[in-house]
Amino acid sequence: MGILINKDTRLLVQGITGSVGSFQAKQMKDFGTGIVAGVTPGKGGSEVHGIPVFDSVKEAVDEADPNASVIFVPPQFAADAIFEAADSGMELIVCITEGIPVHDMMRVCAYLKPQSRLLGANCPGITAPGESKIGIMPNSIHLPGNIGLVSRSGTLTYEIVDLLSKNGLGQSTSVGIGGDPVTGMSFADILELFEEDPKTHAVVLVGEIGGTAEEDSIEFIRGMSKPVISYIVGVSAPPGKTMGHAGAIVSAGSGSALEKIAALENAGVTVAKSPADIVKRLNYFLR
Amino acid sequence: MKLYEYAAKEIFSGAGIPVPRGNIVTSADEAGETAKKMGAVVIKAQVMAGGRGKAGGIAKSSNPEEASRNAQRILGMSIKGLPVRKLLVEEYKKPQIEMYIGITIDRKSRCPIIMASSEGGIDIEETAREKPQKIVRMHVNPLTGIHSYQARTLAYSLDKKNASAIADVITKLYRVFTEYDCTLVEINPLALTTDGIFALDAKMVIDDNALFRQDAKEEETGSLEELAKKRGMSYVGLDGDIGCIVNGAGLAMATLDMIAFYGGHAANFMDVRAGADAEQVKTALGIVSSNRNLKAIIINIFGGITRCDEVARGVVEMIPEIKVPIVIRLTGTNESEGRIMLGKHGITMASSTEEAARKVVELGHTDK
Repeated sequence: MGILINKDTRLLVQGITGSVGSFQAKQMKDFGTGIVAGVTPGKGGSEVHGIPVFDSVKEAVDEADPNASVIFVPPQFAADAIFEAADSGMELIVCITEGIPVHDMMRVCAYLKPQSRLLGANCPGITAPGESKIGIMPNSIHLPGNIGLVSRSGTLTYEIVDLLSKNGLGQSTSVGIGGDPVTGMSFADILELFEEDPKTHAVVLVGEIGGTAEEDSIEFIRGMSKPVISYIVGVSAPPGKTMGHAGAIVSAGSGSALEKIAALENAGVTVAKSPADIVKRLNYFLR
Repeated sequence: MKLYEYAAKEIFSGAGIPVPRGNIVTSADEAGETAKKMGAVVIKAQVMAGGRGKAGGIAKSSNPEEASRNAQRILGMSIKGLPVRKLLVEEYKKPQIEMYIGITIDRKSRCPIIMASSEGGIDIEETAREKPQKIVRMHVNPLTGIHSYQARTLAYSLDKKNASAIADVITKLYRVFTEYDCTLVEINPLALTTDGIFALDAKMVIDDNALFRQDAKEEETGSLEELAKKRGMSYVGLDGDIGCIVNGAGLAMATLDMIAFYGGHAANFMDVRAGADAEQVKTALGIVSSNRNLKAIIINIFGGITRCDEVARGVVEMIPEIKVPIVIRLTGTNESEGRIMLGKHGITMASSTEEAARKVVELGHTDK
């Protein structure tokens, strides 16, 4: 069992007829994810990779009973897609879309009720090896095991998952929370689930410059019974510049990598110096 | 996207926030002409940099002659490396009290936050550091917008006598913040003058992700940042000598950090985004290699779905134009085909970010 998803997850793909949505639906299906429906307004009645397509989430719920949704719709329409998923009772909403206006995301987050959990936006999704995958992480890199991984990044997550797998360190679940300034679930939200999850024995937290998401998770980490190894990127980032992710910016003297590293170390949280160092430190804790 | 002061003031004024009468000019003569109509004026350099006043880019002028003299001087200046090309000539308003109002996004609480202080002016950052209790903060629910009582409460904390005028400014400023998809709006100072309340300065930053539904147009600068952005990539110039091309922002930052870890210095940050094909790689190489200081280039692609033969084809086609050694790390579909193509051209291969960073730093050094 992983956190948030498992073999019984019944997934809906919003934006399934687009090129990315369709391609990624196939990848998820190949991974073993139970995809029960797709939605694209106006394309109801068609099929994508054998998955039935509906005009609305409501219709998909009535016909196929999904409990989680993944969103691949363009940024202009993505907030609306999240509202639609939430109003139809989706328990987990994973938004992959990059480039959603931050005011839209603030409204979304204020609207969501506790029974709908949101991952992202601008995230690679979540993978529980051997169980289910929602999102765009490459299928080949995962290995079932006991490490929980949570990250603000996409490809850096793949790099670290791949490295862990190659070193025999399998994962219970790998989660991307997204690189935007305002996102759904936080580091602390995910850490709480890892702490409760009997299959997870240690956690890797991958942070980056911008905001205080890493610092905000310190209090929770200190109360955890499981080891947490953090890794923070962006030490070389100049202040005032957005480093690719909309949320990755050192502004008004806060959010720098060195500050984050210092705050974590001062609180007694292990900070790895490189991806290889993560492996080394995990081996030390799990020995 | 950051707006110039005059552009922000136009928007504030349109929203009903009182700003002094002003004119945008590009010559000393025009500044003099404007001063003839307005009397005492303030000449303000229009550049995207803070600390204009301290740098001498703002000057009070009591008559037209003085106005054109000051304009002449400021138009020849550079502030923090930015040449002054436009001036705002504004009716002078003598501030009796200087207050501060700013609205930004509280990432942790996931909602707008209004900050207000009775001690505004050029030392607001010092106030924030040394007398944080002098800054009042209030969250706003993005679904309801600002309530009247919230604006009132903030206004009372600034100046009770003029509370209703200040509350009106706060309410209107919040409206601008949401209608224009801002990540920051700021009035510093909001001044009490003998003629009433005025926004003497204005700052406004629009969310880049919302530009599709806003009219605001970015001024073309011809920079590499801009060129990359047009091609759907993200570039930030740095001062080292190792060119970087990476897919994904987090991995790109990690690559930069690894280069530094092995003793090198990156010349740039570049995120080519997902699904890079041969054309994308060629464009990226063109942008990165236009830097004459380069000693070596690192290309770090963790694709999963990226076709490595595509990336390799892009690199091979650019080889005649690249004069420095390249280290490439490729993971993804058709990896071995890509490796064979690149191997024929003597390009150094690596299988992880760390290995690639170590090798590129070595190559950069050997060339010195």
